[in-house]
Amino acid sequence: MEERIVVAGFGGQGVMAIGQLLTYAGMIENRHVSWLPSYGPEMRGGTANCNVIVSDEAIGAPVIEEASAVIVMNKPSLDKFEDNVIKGGKLLINSSLIDKKAVRNDIDIYYIPANEIASELGNDRVANMVILGAYLEATKLVKEESVLEAFTKVFGENKAHLLPLNKEAIEKGMEAAKEQEKAMV
Amino acid sequence: MAVVFEKTRGLTDVQTHYCPGCTHGIVHRLVAESLEELGVLDDTIGVAPVGCSVLAYKYFNCDMHEAAHGRAPAVATGIKRVHPDKFVFTYQGDGDLASIGTAEIVHAAHRGEKISTIFINNAIYGMTGGQMAPTTLVGQKATTAPYGRDEAHAGRPIRMAEMLATIHGAKFVERVAVNTPANVRKAKKAIKRCFETQINGEGFGIVEVLSTCPTNWGYTPEEALKWLEENMIPYYPLGNFRTPEEVE
Amino acid sequence: MAKVLMKGNEAIGAAAIEAGCKYFFGYPITPQSELPEYMAREMPKINGVFLQAESEIAAINMVYGAAGAGARVMTSSSSPGISLKQEGISYIAGAELPCLIVNIMRGGPGLGSIQPSQTDYFQATRGGGNGDYRLVVLAPANVQELVDLIIEGFDIADQYRNPVMILGDGMIGQMMEPVEFKKPKKRELPEKDWATTGTKGKRKPNIINSLYLAAEELEEHNKRLQEKYKAIKENEVKVESYNIEDADIVVAAYGTTSRIAKTAISQLEKEGYKVGLIRPISLWPFPYEEFNKISDKCKGVLTIEMNTGQMVDDVKIAVNGRFPVYFYGRTGGMVPTPNEIAEKVKESMEVKSNGCSI
Repeated sequence: MEERIVVAGFGGQGVMAIGQLLTYAGMIENRHVSWLPSYGPEMRGGTANCNVIVSDEAIGAPVIEEASAVIVMNKPSLDKFEDNVIKGGKLLINSSLIDKKAVRNDIDIYYIPANEIASELGNDRVANMVILGAYLEATKLVKEESVLEAFTKVFGENKAHLLPLNKEAIEKGMEAAKEQEKAMV
Repeated sequence: MAVVFEKTRGLTDVQTHYCPGCTHGIVHRLVAESLEELGVLDDTIGVAPVGCSVLAYKYFNCDMHEAAHGRAPAVATGIKRVHPDKFVFTYQGDGDLASIGTAEIVHAAHRGEKISTIFINNAIYGMTGGQMAPTTLVGQKATTAPYGRDEAHAGRPIRMAEMLATIHGAKFVERVAVNTPANVRKAKKAIKRCFETQINGEGFGIVEVLSTCPTNWGYTPEEALKWLEENMIPYYPLGNFRTPEEVE
Repeated sequence: MAKVLMKGNEAIGAAAIEAGCKYFFGYPITPQSELPEYMAREMPKINGVFLQAESEIAAINMVYGAAGAGARVMTSSSSPGISLKQEGISYIAGAELPCLIVNIMRGGPGLGSIQPSQTDYFQATRGGGNGDYRLVVLAPANVQELVDLIIEGFDIADQYRNPVMILGDGMIGQMMEPVEFKKPKKRELPEKDWATTGTKGKRKPNIINSLYLAAEELEEHNKRLQEKYKAIKENEVKVESYNIEDADIVVAAYGTTSRIAKTAISQLEKEGYKVGLIRPISLWPFPYEEFNKISDKCKGVLTIEMNTGQMVDDVKIAVNGRFPVYFYGRTGGMVPTPNEIAEKVKESMEVKSNGCSI
């Protein structure tokens, strides 16, 4: 099994962090993992993005053309990456900042109001964790505990006090995804 | 019988390749004597340049490292950072230090690198056969300035000591000449003081030595000494530009 | 030691420190700046030295000085910066000093781009600076291998008194993968009794030098260098190959391109194609012999690079006319996709085998 995830948004939305948490969590669960960021001038334009692969086998190309899942945090990212989702794959859209609907009808689409949920939690900056939670619910790629274990590895021990807030954000995202799945059925 | 003069242990017995009347030999001796007298010779690593003194590694009786053209201060930086307790000096000419190696010397001074530099200014490229140096005087002929250095075309000669003395990390900067016995004695004093700046851990030091090149200037050794006094010293004033005490 | 997730550029720094490197001289350039930044952070913690030089030229000459002084020392840069370092690299090779040079390649020529590329294969494997000299050039394909080759690279450099270059690209420098730090195979490393450490009045001066004005002496020196390179060729070839005894076509690729090729090959296998892979890990010495193991029924060798065809010269030397040699490359920071490579493999197999190649 190989999961190929593209996470995209604008700088400051924490898209690189989503990718690193998934990667680290995959490593904790003894899977093969790779994380590849876009870098350079592209980061200053509409989309910063990273490619994450979590696999049962050694990873070949770290660049993702055909994604099993795409997470988009802003509109330019939706425009850029919608077509990269493989048939039957998953597309998670931050509906707080993206007012349009996806065009595809051969994939599972989740509209997650990540910023609104984050604001309700009192911190707009955890919008990325909300959508990460939704992704975890949608794919069951790695366990929530693994992501929480990865949290201090990625952000450092001095961010450990933020763990409860981020855990809550992930779980709110999971709930939001469940709601969406009900609607899909 | 009393010994009145003995060759310093700081020089090897290898015969130098310098031309008759060239003052490199005098400066080599002053450097070597200073290393010996300061008691650092056996803990010294010298860096030789590219230019007339390219073979200096054969003449100094200490560990030596032959650098690429102009890069001696960078090489010395690498050595000194590995062996901060050793004495590290560079010996460079004017093409090496004032032309191709300006970035390296400026930044070694800028970092306050605890190394010492002996800078031979003879206003010409010697080894390659008398081409114009950044230090060649206006009107002075060189093989690449056959009509004499034209200020409008090549600018005025660069005064390295003055320039380096503007840099905070340069703690000892002095210009000397080796054209008379009195000046040679002053040069020795400056070199020792420069070396002490490093030994005391105070920072970067440089002594610019006005030297002769009778071969490429086209003079006899005696005429060359006179030419230095009459032409170089007025443009390149002798004296101290910086001592550690002056730098806060 | 447990695995940690590290960015390639930072893993280089960690591996170097693990290998006992305490001196790093560098200059910022994308896409390798995380490495000097890592060294600036970590070197003070181990009483090492990180120094940001005024230029790449100065940095390599600081390496020259530190290597001559007997230290394990490293510098890193990216393509245009590596061009600036060529003078110093030639001196270091001439004076026979060990050091590690990392080139995280970007697109060229000139200022080029900052995206991944393999455009410096010629420069790295042919010497790059003036004179008859060689660098040991190692091209890792993943972050773990990057770490392993850095650690072993210091030993190779010390064993042969020769600079070693790690040739990566922006992709391997920027990506994160799990790594663990392992001890390399044990080597007998000679004492550095030639280093400039001060004579202490107990020995003759040591001289670090690449100048030999007498023609006979320089020829002797060059012969000795060639003897050394011969020993490196005999002992230090590193290559990974896959299914070359049974392949209808063999792909030759190195570094990150090779892992993209692997993805393409597994796709093709599912479609019933028999595709082999030769992945040179040491680009110099090049694994020429490995190509002799390709089965006679093979229809050709397809070289894939992120340049316009540089390793393809070595592949042709290795194949020596046995099979047609094809080439596919992307440049400028464009990265070939597995699908593109798979298509090129199929095209190459359809070419009538009349010995014609690129």
